[in-house]
Amino acid sequence: MRETTPREDLIRGIWKENPVLVQLLGLCPALAVTNTVPNAIAMGLATFFVLMGSSLLVSLAKNWIPSEVRISAYILIIATFVTIADLVLAAVVPLIHKELGAFIALIVVNCMILGRQEAFASKRPVGRSLLDAAGTGTGFMIAMLMMGTFREVLGNGSVMGISVLGENFEPWIVMILPPGGFLTLGFILLAFGWWKERQAEAIRVRQWPHGVASGEEAA
Amino acid sequence: MKDLPTVQAGESSPDSGIPGPPQVAPGKLMATLAIAGALAGLAIVLVFQWADPQIQAHRAAALRAAVLEVLSEPASYQSLYVTPDGLSETPAAGTDTVTAEKVFLGFDDAGDPVGYAVTGAEPGFQDFIHLIFGFDSDGQRLLGMKVLESKETPGLGDKIYKDMDFVTGFQGVEAPIVGVKQGAETGAANEVDMITGATISSRTVIGIINHRVEALGPAMEAHAATGPRGTVNPEPAIGDSAAVDQAAAIPSAAAGGEAGS
Repeated sequence: MRETTPREDLIRGIWKENPVLVQLLGLCPALAVTNTVPNAIAMGLATFFVLMGSSLLVSLAKNWIPSEVRISAYILIIATFVTIADLVLAAVVPLIHKELGAFIALIVVNCMILGRQEAFASKRPVGRSLLDAAGTGTGFMIAMLMMGTFREVLGNGSVMGISVLGENFEPWIVMILPPGGFLTLGFILLAFGWWKERQAEAIRVRQWPHGVASGEEAA
Repeated sequence: MKDLPTVQAGESSPDSGIPGPPQVAPGKLMATLAIAGALAGLAIVLVFQWADPQIQAHRAAALRAAVLEVLSEPASYQSLYVTPDGLSETPAAGTDTVTAEKVFLGFDDAGDPVGYAVTGAEPGFQDFIHLIFGFDSDGQRLLGMKVLESKETPGLGDKIYKDMDFVTGFQGVEAPIVGVKQGAETGAANEVDMITGATISSRTVIGIINHRVEALGPAMEAHAATGPRGTVNPEPAIGDSAAVDQAAAIPSAAAGGEAGS
């Protein structure tokens, strides 16, 4: 594996390898609780907290965890942080906790988090692992916010509960229902794919004829 | 993946007789998970100790606010336990104050009873609908209704608490309630307009109230006949229940919860 700089570790997860939009990980919460912006923010923050905490502990304890039981140990660490996040949300913001319901507990099985432990934190120093977790967590939050805003605006005509589309807007109820999650994700992935295609095309054109001669494709 | 580090067998578990190619002593694996589990448990217990009083306070505050709302802001209220012999100020033998079924009797400034707040829950369209309603046993009529918890469909079933016409429609209605389609009202005193598109949810709400009135109506009437009196006190000094005491004990947390709504 090529060595990465600390900056790359941080930036990578935010956009280029965005967990939801590029890696398609963590889709369960992205589909389920992005029906309003506050829900998306709360879920994003909770996931960010769990990811940071787990990466820190896994990276610290990586030399003591035998590889045979590493997955169990990671799940145990993640589940502990999820339980803590669950209790804190219930104590501090009971209404949002009620809205998110079972999906907080389900952060445990968010493969984005386990994936970062297995692929990164278990092999890297603490600082790098935290940078990676921060980048991935931020990327997750950006994706959640994009979906939350899109769905709340169309499904309820509001952002953070504040009406933005006026009285005459008839909300598209479907957008805040489960199918709206799939539609939104589909549209965002489509836009994302189209944009990436265009970027690649632009680079190809700029490189001509050298890019073509050397057989190099901008990926 | 890199090669697994080999740990000397017998280091921690001399009695491991499991055949196969063990690269790490099973004892070490178990010890690792046991220690990790113990630490995780400790961390969760510590956070729980901090969070639990606040969670209970939120719950008590939410219930207290709901009782005050469905009884139209009484000056005070008292918790009564539902026992086989009727409503009582002490729970039935064998039940504790927290889990026992309760109703709440509200009093006005003069200490006269205004009505009972009764909770109930039944399955709605998605999940159980939990609600509380105020009931005036003298006039056999409702004072108000509030949904405490539900997972009804957003945009349709959630109108049982978001559609204020439906919610306020319960004030002053006589029990048992009959749900009618909009436009089919006959003007009878026991009619409530159903919500178009949320027939099951609104029918469930009406059903819960009717069933609870049926179950507890006689007990409430019998209790009202004993002439309960509240404190004559203009200050909103709240009754003597455990739940209310908890809410009053942590006013800042309760206020924070309400502000967050």
